Formats: sequence, structure tokens, C-alpha cells
Amino acid sequence: MNGPHDLGGQMDFGPIAPEQDEPVFHGEWEKKALGLTLCAGALGLWNIDKSRHARECLHPADYYSSSYYEIWVKALEDLLLNHGCVDRDELEAGRSLRKTSITNSPLAANNVASLLAAGGPCDRPTTAEARFSVGDHVRMKNIHPAGHTRLPRYVRGRAGVIEEIAGTYVLPDDNAHGRGENPQWLYRVVFDGRELWGPDADPTLSVSVDAWESYIEPV
Amino acid sequence: MTARVRALETILSEKGLIDPAAIDEIVDTYQNKIGPQNGAKVVARAWSDERFDAWLRKDATAAIASLGYTGRQGEHMRAVHNTPDTHNLVVCTLCSCYPWSVLGLPPVWYKSPPYRSRAVSDPRGVLSEFGVALDPHVNIRVWDSTAELRYLVVPMRPEGTDGLSEEALAGLVSRDAMIGTGLAGRAP
Repeated sequence: MNGPHDLGGQMDFGPIAPEQDEPVFHGEWEKKALGLTLCAGALGLWNIDKSRHARECLHPADYYSSSYYEIWVKALEDLLLNHGCVDRDELEAGRSLRKTSITNSPLAANNVASLLAAGGPCDRPTTAEARFSVGDHVRMKNIHPAGHTRLPRYVRGRAGVIEEIAGTYVLPDDNAHGRGENPQWLYRVVFDGRELWGPDADPTLSVSVDAWESYIEPV
Repeated sequence: MTARVRALETILSEKGLIDPAAIDEIVDTYQNKIGPQNGAKVVARAWSDERFDAWLRKDATAAIASLGYTGRQGEHMRAVHNTPDTHNLVVCTLCSCYPWSVLGLPPVWYKSPPYRSRAVSDPRGVLSEFGVALDPHVNIRVWDSTAELRYLVVPMRPEGTDGLSEEALAGLVSRDAMIGTGLAGRAP
């Protein structure tokens, strides 16, 4: 979707303002936001692509006026509501008002280390042959799907070169919407800065994205 | 937000869907165990050991795992080396993708619109805000982390560091140097 999250090339958000000696967390609630997001995710009711889509579905005004952990909390509430984990009156009451029918086990403290160390690899086998080769000149499709996609707007319709065939990975566009993992070949595609930003762009600039095969067409 | 997060924790705990002790364990992991000190050790090893560096270039996930750094948001790693001709800069324009296993949790600016919007279109302007001025002839390569590959920038080894131990070298490698918004520190 052409949502508020798709920021590449946008202007006028102001200075970057890196914070000197920034702490890992700014306040206790950020710790809880991280922990709750990971613990709720570990229930296995949704996947990382669904989580990302929940965040980008926030209203643009809400997205841009929220810090990233605020975005996480708001999206987590939506995920919990949509998956029947909590009800809106419970969020308003601040306590549980009824028993849950969900029987998935909660993440136990003594399983955290192994869960984080294992991570969630997204490579999956497929029998399909890679359509493109390293060095191929390609163009990113000019598509505007209404659902989740990882094809940023600033490269759509732009021509680049395949730099790496990175393996076969879960397709977020399907996985975010419960249509299965449907793994596809993933490529790194490199673009000249002038192809993306016009003749006045920095001539020393090149930019790459990692793109699934269905995002790409031959030139 | 404090009240909103407390409500979520209370509701989910009462329903038996989360164990609050697990939250503490997660926070402790990213506050005290996993952070840019991990990545700095990877870079220092690459500077010190040609065979390790060759492995890092060929299979970063395995080379980094050999130092004990694996897992969430580091499952599929790529190491990208700065050279005298090319400077690398990593961004996630679509969300906040970042190599947690070697750098820990991302700083606020990495996840915020000013950096995410301009890193791909005006990287020299971005770098100037971090006090980094590259020679005009140096090529800039921006890596937008749009899939599950996670990028670690290997900065150039500073001059005058030939005799330094790996530990001392790691001390020259900042988080920003491994994102590409900084350079390695000078020899002591």
C-alpha cells in the first residue's frame, strides 16, 4: 500500500538530530512496548509481515505524530483486537473482563534466550528456477498494490541491475494477508542515483533494494 | 503511553497470554547483552584476520555466528566493506530493519522519518548532519533493507593501528560507523 511508512525520497521532515549517548530505552514504557510486542508475537497468531502491515495501516497523521515505539504499541493493540486476544472494552477498562479462548502457551522467561538466539529465518526452499541472473538489466514494476508490499515507491518503474541472487524467501505481500508463504527468489537490485532522482542527483550515488522476483520485469 | 502499555500488560497477564518475567528477560538481553559491542568485535576480527574477513565477505551469517552472534534480526547477514572509493550507508525506508544481533536495537533517529526519507536521496546531506564529510570523488552506496537481509558496514581500518590488539581495535568501532553514518575512530 502507498502508506505513510514508505518514506524514501520524501522531504521536509526536518533535521535528523542524533541524540548523543542515547540510552537503549527512553523510559520504562518503551521497555514494555518492546517486551509486549515480542511476547505477543511469540504466541504465533501472526507473523512479522502482518506486524509490519499493522504498523503501516495506522492513519498517516497518527503515524507521523508517533514515535516508533508508539507505532508499535498502537499496531499491537490492533493485532490483539483483530485476533480476538483482547476486546475494546478491556483496553478501555485496563483489565481483563473475560476469559480468553486462546490456548497458545505464553513465552516463558526461561525460553527467551533460545527464542531470540534462534530468530525467525525467512528463507524457504522452492523448486522454481531463478528468472534473472547477476548483471541483468531489469525494471521494477510500476504497481500500487492495496495490501502489504516491500517494493518502495521511489524505485517503481525505475531501471537497475541485478547484483546478487540472494536466495528464496517468504513473500511478504502474501504472508501479511494469510495467503501463505509462497517463497520467491530474492534479488538485490542496484540503481544509479540519477535514475531515481533525475539529472541533478549526486553522480556518485547508487542505491540498492532487495526485491522479490514478482516485483521485477526484464528491460 | 505509560498507562496504555500498563493496560496491555495487565490484560494479557490476567488472560495468561504473556508472562511478565519474559518481558524483563527480553529487556535485559537488549540492554545488557546484545549491542554494538558485538558488531565492533566482528569488525575488529575482520581487520585482524584475513581468513575471517574473506569468510565474512562470502558468508557473513556464518562468519558472524562463529563469534556467537546469531538470532533475531540477524538471520540473514551481509557485510559491506568501505573502501577508499566507496562509502556504504544502511537504511530501512519502509520501517526499522536493523541488524539486532550485531548492533542491538536501533537508535531513535534510525527509525524516524528524517533519516528514512533522505538517506536514499541526499546521503551526503545526511552524513553532514553526523559530522561526516566525504571527499567529493568517493562513491556513496546506500543499502535499503527492504527484505530480510541485514547489513553490517565494515568501516576502513584507521591508519596507525597496526600494533593494536583486537580488543583495542574494537574500541575504535562505533555503532554509527557500522551503519555508515560514522567512520572508525582514530588510533589512540
